[in-house]
Amino acid sequence: MLPDSKVPAGPMAEKWTNHKFHSKLVNPANKRKFKIIVVGTGLAGSSAAATLGELGYEVEAFTFHDSPRRAHSIAAQGGINAAKNYRNDGDSVHRLFYDTVKGGDYRSREANVHRLAEVSTNIIDQMAAQGVPFAREYGGLLANRSFGGAQVSRTFYARGQTGQQLLLGAYQQMMGQVKAGKVKLHTNTEMLDLVVKDGEACGIVCRNLVTGEITSHSAHAVVLATGGYGNVFYLSTNAMACNVTAAWRAHRKGAYFANPSFTQIHPTCIPASDEFQSKLTLMSESLRNDGRIWVPRQLNETRAAKDIPEAERNYYLEEKYPAFGNLVPRDVASRNAKTVVDAGYGVGPLKNGVYLDFADAIARDGRDAIEARYGNLFQMYERITGEDPYTQPMRIYPATHYTMGGLWVDYNLMTTIPGLYATGESNFSDHGANRLGASALMQGLADGYFVLPNTIGDYLAPKLNQPLVDTDDDVFKESERLIEETTSHFLGIGGSKSPDHFHRELGKIVWNRIGMERDEEGLKSAIEEIQALSKEFWSDLKVLGDAKSLNSSLEKAGRIADFFELAELMARDALDRRESCGGHFRTESQTPEGEALRDDDNYAHVSAWEWNDKDTPQTKHAEELTFDEVPLTQRSYK
Amino acid sequence: MSQTLNLTLKVWRQEGPDADGSFETYKAKNIPDDASFLEMLDVVNEDLIDNGRTPIEFPHDCREGICGTCGVMINGRAHGQEKGTATCQLHMRKFSDGDTIVIEPWRAAAFPVVKDLVVDRSPLDKIIEAGGYVTAPTGTAADANDTRIPKEAADSSMDAAACIGCGACVAACPNSAAQLFTSAKLWHLNSLPQGQPERYKRTEAMVETMEQFFGACTNHGECYEACPKEITLDFIGYMNRDYIKSKVKNRKLAGQQS
Ligand SMILES: Cc1cc2nc3c(=O)[nH]c(=O)nc-3n(C[C@H](O)[C@H](O)[C@H](O)COP(=O)(O)OP(=O)(O)OC[C@H]3O[C@@H](n4cnc5c(N)ncnc54)[C@H](O)[C@@H]3O)c2cc1C
Ligand code: FES
Repeated sequence: MLPDSKVPAGPMAEKWTNHKFHSKLVNPANKRKFKIIVVGTGLAGSSAAATLGELGYEVEAFTFHDSPRRAHSIAAQGGINAAKNYRNDGDSVHRLFYDTVKGGDYRSREANVHRLAEVSTNIIDQMAAQGVPFAREYGGLLANRSFGGAQVSRTFYARGQTGQQLLLGAYQQMMGQVKAGKVKLHTNTEMLDLVVKDGEACGIVCRNLVTGEITSHSAHAVVLATGGYGNVFYLSTNAMACNVTAAWRAHRKGAYFANPSFTQIHPTCIPASDEFQSKLTLMSESLRNDGRIWVPRQLNETRAAKDIPEAERNYYLEEKYPAFGNLVPRDVASRNAKTVVDAGYGVGPLKNGVYLDFADAIARDGRDAIEARYGNLFQMYERITGEDPYTQPMRIYPATHYTMGGLWVDYNLMTTIPGLYATGESNFSDHGANRLGASALMQGLADGYFVLPNTIGDYLAPKLNQPLVDTDDDVFKESERLIEETTSHFLGIGGSKSPDHFHRELGKIVWNRIGMERDEEGLKSAIEEIQALSKEFWSDLKVLGDAKSLNSSLEKAGRIADFFELAELMARDALDRRESCGGHFRTESQTPEGEALRDDDNYAHVSAWEWNDKDTPQTKHAEELTFDEVPLTQRSYK
Repeated sequence: MSQTLNLTLKVWRQEGPDADGSFETYKAKNIPDDASFLEMLDVVNEDLIDNGRTPIEFPHDCREGICGTCGVMINGRAHGQEKGTATCQLHMRKFSDGDTIVIEPWRAAAFPVVKDLVVDRSPLDKIIEAGGYVTAPTGTAADANDTRIPKEAADSSMDAAACIGCGACVAACPNSAAQLFTSAKLWHLNSLPQGQPERYKRTEAMVETMEQFFGACTNHGECYEACPKEITLDFIGYMNRDYIKSKVKNRKLAGQQS
């Protein structure tokens, strides 16, 4: 049974305030008696660890990276939203809330989204106080831009390195708490299991990636801030090490996994150039503010872009969606790119991209203005492709970017395992079936700075003076034993294929069958293909080296094993949801114009999947969603 | 269309921090020149695995030049010869067919080798821990626009804050000094209004922590040459100036002089 979502009663705009008032509190002097484990030190984890430490809790933070500053959050480029309305352009908490619910295609929980919009303004204040060098106007006030199709300018940014600057802010704040002795930091340490006793989360088991040592750590509560699972596609814009392992191992211990098939394919990435391609690079969505997207009207076009006359160019987004043009939401932009490329109009050596053209913007605003806005992105593009985007259009194509699905959490961000919380990209909570640009940084920091620190006390308060579970307890020992067993199993298979080989092959299945378009037949065969490949993985994997020192093949093997199980669940989830919504496009369910067609009568719910055992598919539980504030409408960007 | 390259690699292999290391020679065959340097190493590793030999451990993650994880010495230069470019952003079109490439880990006493090309850069975190932050507990902040910051000041702070913490500056320095890294963080915070109250305390603590781990700066400027973000040497000057001020006994006065 799915637990209560704990959404507070009362008017939408007062829910969060009332909820905080009605939550149990831990007295300041007692906070030090509670130990909290935070796994992950990206935006969501660092902000949580720092804040919990400041409040007085004993915090232990874990990351598999060699430093918290390496977390994938560092790579976010474009910006972070906040309903500050500094531009006086009609923005408000209500509008950000409304846009997020609608942009998510009505598959998120209204109350969570409203809270997110409410605290968004505090995030900017907090980060500015941390010394984040946000972009400024000449008068010294903060600059904003419109981002990812928003009709208002509510995005704050620090050049093209917003994620970097925010993460450094949160990481530095956490390091202050490390110095103060309130946060103990474990780097190079990968969580491999969640430990549960009497139905409650009581700790984790980890492997030190440098020494191979397996260690147990107990706590009164465990917070996962372990990021998204986009790398199940193999090629994605995520950093190479992003994975689902922490969330997945928690899932296997009883945490329900929600909406796993809700993944976001970002429209503006550099297309793959060859089969050795290891990852795809995002070109920030902000480029769509000035770049125009087009493909040649003629099949098998061989002329260079600049030689193709205006009349022979198909600005397909501007034509099809006059109101939003190149700024339609990500899912719409991505699917349209796929349509034109599949129809044979793709550009570039592999005909696998569309043009993103700045010629008009440069003619209008001047090269200097464009350079000031996007200089570092243009440079990055030039480095990767060897082409100069000032003189020829960029080539772009969609790539996996973000995962809206994740561990199911209630309004307090607690999973279905009492004492286990999930924050940031690792939970499913706020973005429904499609995330708006510049909203992930906002959510990670909202969860870590303002939500979790205010909700965790409600769980902890009644546990005052309750001792920690001893790490010699059977629950820890059994978990350590299983990890050692799997590790030696990987090293002992002695097969013929590398972990990367399996990852690549799995990625192809996921991209082709559970990617931008899904249909019943494809999803059914995906399940069979994944199962067959998984069998091969467990019998023909080749991991060299040992378990007593740094061994990235061994690390990958464990992560890929979890990706196999996740991929299968993604297929089941996508198969079960016989509607289209946001990034989940079932070809069987579309409007006459080819847009995603929701089925609100049957699918206005969150699908939360419960683990059974390795041989029995998960059981689905539905959390019905109600929309009291944002009336259900068919999204239209015409 | 892309060309392919055949290369000879001389790669530093070392089992662990206490083991002896040595160069081993490998062939990198049919590498498309569109591939990145790290994708070239991926291909070599797949080949090694096929032949039953343990793959080369090398540091990497984002592969976009922003996380600061990657970094190796390429033909004796930190991140290779292309200016303002992290190892992961270096592409094989910058090399020629038949080249021999020597690949080593960062070499610095403060960065012991973990394995092969991976080193331990935790002393950089120690410098941040010493004071690389503004003390502003969550929830205490005033409205962000209450403090105006001239655009030029914000931009200059951002120039310094762009450091990715890869450690190339240390690796490139004949003395293994970390002045560029430390001064960049100091300028990021010390140049902003938010950073003023703790300015001198921060400078003193970070500089002295740096000195515990790293060598002295003798103005070679190799750090700037190697820096993938082209962090300028000016920040080192600002740091030295603030450090001297931090030693002035009357800290209160020093705060007002800034
Ligand atoms: C290229 C790119 C650009 C983006 N741009 C934007 C943007 O402009 N605006 C926006 O809002 N969003 C953007 N996003 C999305 C956003 O960056 C992420 O969703 C967000 O940063 C995730 O933060 P997080 O803290 O949840 O996870 P992460 O930053 O991924 O951190 C995960 C942490 O968990 C740790 N971890 C994971 N598993 C384990 C384990 N088993 N054991 C120990 N530690 C573990 C990792 O070491 C890391 O510290 C972008 C994403 C990408 C890929
Ligand atoms: S891998 Fe992240 S900077 Fe190179």
